[in-house]
Amino acid sequence: MLNRRELLKSTAAIGAAGLAAVYAGPVLAQDAPQLDLFVPAAPGGGWDQTARAMDQVLRKEGLISGSQVTNVGGAGGTVGLPQFISRYKGKGNALMVGGMVMVGAIIANKSATKLDQVTPIARLTGEFEALVVPAASPFQTVQDFVAALKEDPTKVPVAGGSAGGSDHILFGLIAKAAGVDPTKISYVPFAGGGEALAALLGNQVAAGISGYGEFAEQVKVGALRILALSADERQEGIDAPTLKESGVDIELFNWRGVFAPPDISAEDKAAMVKLMEDMTKSAAWAEECKNRQWTSIPLTGDAYEEFLKEDIARIEEILKDLGLA
Amino acid sequence: METLTYLAHGFTIAFSPTNLLWCLLGTTLGTAIGVLPGLGPALTIALLLPITYQVAPEASFILFAGIYYGAMYGGSTTSILLNTPGESATIVTALEGNRMARSGRGGAALATAAIGSFMAGTIGTLGIAFLAPVVVKFALAFGPAEYFSLMVLAFVTVSAVLGSSAVRGLSSLFIGFVIGMIGVDLQTGQPRFTFGVTELLDGVDVIIVAVGLFAVGETLYVASRRYAGKDEIVPLKGSLYMTAQEWARSWKAWIRGAFIGFPIGAMPAGGAEIPTFLSYALEKRLSKHKEEFGTVGAIEGVAGPEAANNASAAGVLVPMLTLGLPTSATAAIMLSAFQSYGINPGPLLLTTQANLVWGLIASLFIANVILIVLNLPLIGLWVKLLRIPAPQLYAGILVFATVGTYGISQSPIDLLILYLLGAIGFLMRRFDFPTAPAIIGMILGPLAEQQFRRAMTIANGDWTVFYKQPLSLTLLTLAAIGLIGPHVWNYVQSRRLKGQRAAPGDA
Repeated sequence: MLNRRELLKSTAAIGAAGLAAVYAGPVLAQDAPQLDLFVPAAPGGGWDQTARAMDQVLRKEGLISGSQVTNVGGAGGTVGLPQFISRYKGKGNALMVGGMVMVGAIIANKSATKLDQVTPIARLTGEFEALVVPAASPFQTVQDFVAALKEDPTKVPVAGGSAGGSDHILFGLIAKAAGVDPTKISYVPFAGGGEALAALLGNQVAAGISGYGEFAEQVKVGALRILALSADERQEGIDAPTLKESGVDIELFNWRGVFAPPDISAEDKAAMVKLMEDMTKSAAWAEECKNRQWTSIPLTGDAYEEFLKEDIARIEEILKDLGLA
Repeated sequence: METLTYLAHGFTIAFSPTNLLWCLLGTTLGTAIGVLPGLGPALTIALLLPITYQVAPEASFILFAGIYYGAMYGGSTTSILLNTPGESATIVTALEGNRMARSGRGGAALATAAIGSFMAGTIGTLGIAFLAPVVVKFALAFGPAEYFSLMVLAFVTVSAVLGSSAVRGLSSLFIGFVIGMIGVDLQTGQPRFTFGVTELLDGVDVIIVAVGLFAVGETLYVASRRYAGKDEIVPLKGSLYMTAQEWARSWKAWIRGAFIGFPIGAMPAGGAEIPTFLSYALEKRLSKHKEEFGTVGAIEGVAGPEAANNASAAGVLVPMLTLGLPTSATAAIMLSAFQSYGINPGPLLLTTQANLVWGLIASLFIANVILIVLNLPLIGLWVKLLRIPAPQLYAGILVFATVGTYGISQSPIDLLILYLLGAIGFLMRRFDFPTAPAIIGMILGPLAEQQFRRAMTIANGDWTVFYKQPLSLTLLTLAAIGLIGPHVWNYVQSRRLKGQRAAPGDA
């Protein structure tokens, strides 16, 4: 994979690589380990940014001497996952970034390689979802929304990200909690956040579901109204109730975490868990999270493994209910 | 005027020596990556994102915007010279541009593309500065129903590239549909035509299809014919740049292209390809030299689409800067760069980050000037490429196409697809099927399908949405006129001619 990356850079052969190298900053602490970060997505997305932020923070804190980020994008991470396993099997200095989207993609794509084939290390960040409506919408509360949904789910089109993704999953969970058949809901998937936002601002749909960050600025100027957040508790600075408070017993974080390859030694695993614990406790990590509007929700080792199992089971069930798995 | 004050202030920021240097670096880098198929502005900017940890926000956005504009310039060069589009927005440029190059007018094609890009880029940037709020309002009025109608209008352009046989042209179109369907269906999340190959789940990149059908197919065709004929090296005919007549034919096309490209680029789901299709079809219809289209190459067919794609690049920045809506891959990555500075792009960006935004807009004007200065002298160098004897030239094209395709996602599967499509392209060429409709089908087919199904979901299956909304109805009417109009016109004309001939006999 390193070679591919190098080839891409040399293909550029125009200074892109040179620039990146010049600006990668000084390499510190020679005794600290070198880390391989594997991103099963194209550069620029959420997982990629997670890897780049990790690289920045870990180097700044002197926890690693440097890192090599490799991107193998495609199909919600299901193209990269098998490659990560075959290439890094047994290697203790590699981490793959992944998350809830990957869990959903593995189920929806009926992927042969699953997340139980890699070693869970840590959950890092999460982004809670927001249910919003255009300013002119008659819905003032979640109850209004749920009531309309119960009356006729086909008349409440909701915009969000790709089918089977976290937005769709949350909509399915809300419908199910309200006693509405999830296969009857009218979900309008858009490829990117921008397009879904445009549909909301243009009053094309009744409501929208996406990561809170996607809507934050529009909510500030009053173009959109938040009905509820999918967080576990009220969030500082956001004037909106949680779904739970509004009588819909749902909690959902679009989480991101890291995994080590299969068959690594217990010491290597413990070292990686410690590395992630040190990173998430650092001030530099807190700063990155604040800038990027990520909520830090660290969870490591066995607790993470347990959480992962539960989340996979829950997502599998709702995707089946939605008719996607 | 307030805008002018802001803009003047923006220029003082953009004219600082370091920012000028960033702009120069960005445009140069952009031109280079535009030339390579596969390595697009989105990927390049993503690779350069770590730079945001080191330099001021103004500098990095000026660099990124330079790359973005530069890529739009560079993409046309290989389209024209090698029939190998560097970017999806320059696929249409290859249609006439490469014909011109092969009939000895490569310099003129490159010049009209460069000057057209400059004109359209400037018009588009003026649009960002002065019209952004108005254009955004118009763009948001477009819902799925309107987009579908816009696609229907764009499908009319297929008639402009059908070639002599409608059956062959339409077969090609449907090949494009099938390729476009490959991958996970966005509306249901289910894979289609992937045959269990994970790499196909995200679909086939349009650049691979264009390079495979155009460049690889052409290379195979030339190779198969070599023993039968002599090397066809066409010397440059006439002046290196444009003749007076070529200027006269270009400038209107530039302006029309810019006015098609800017608003469609500003639409959240507009994209850069559709305006190039529309511009091409319009230029072909309006041209007084229809016989040059698809034969020796018509300069309008290069000037219009090139202007359209550059104006649409400016258009894309409108929803990004005014509403924080990322409507293209490049815009989305630029937005994530805003976030790593702790800046939240949104409707308040223009007021809270006035320095940054106006500095960026001013540097777009500068980038345009740098690009034309950079590109015009290069034309003399580029056309020398065409003097390379055919075997070496085509071997070079093949290498270039392969490396570029591998650069898209470093997947060997992509290379297999490229050569497979090359073989299909060769057969199509051999049996006289036009390849352009396949590309149009591949881009428009899935877009039209998605928008149609979205519109149906929102309207709960009520198909009257397409003609009950005035905007949608207008677009459908335009499409109908575009499709049926010429036939009715011809029919009326022939009736009138018959009538005249019949007249003397009546007397």
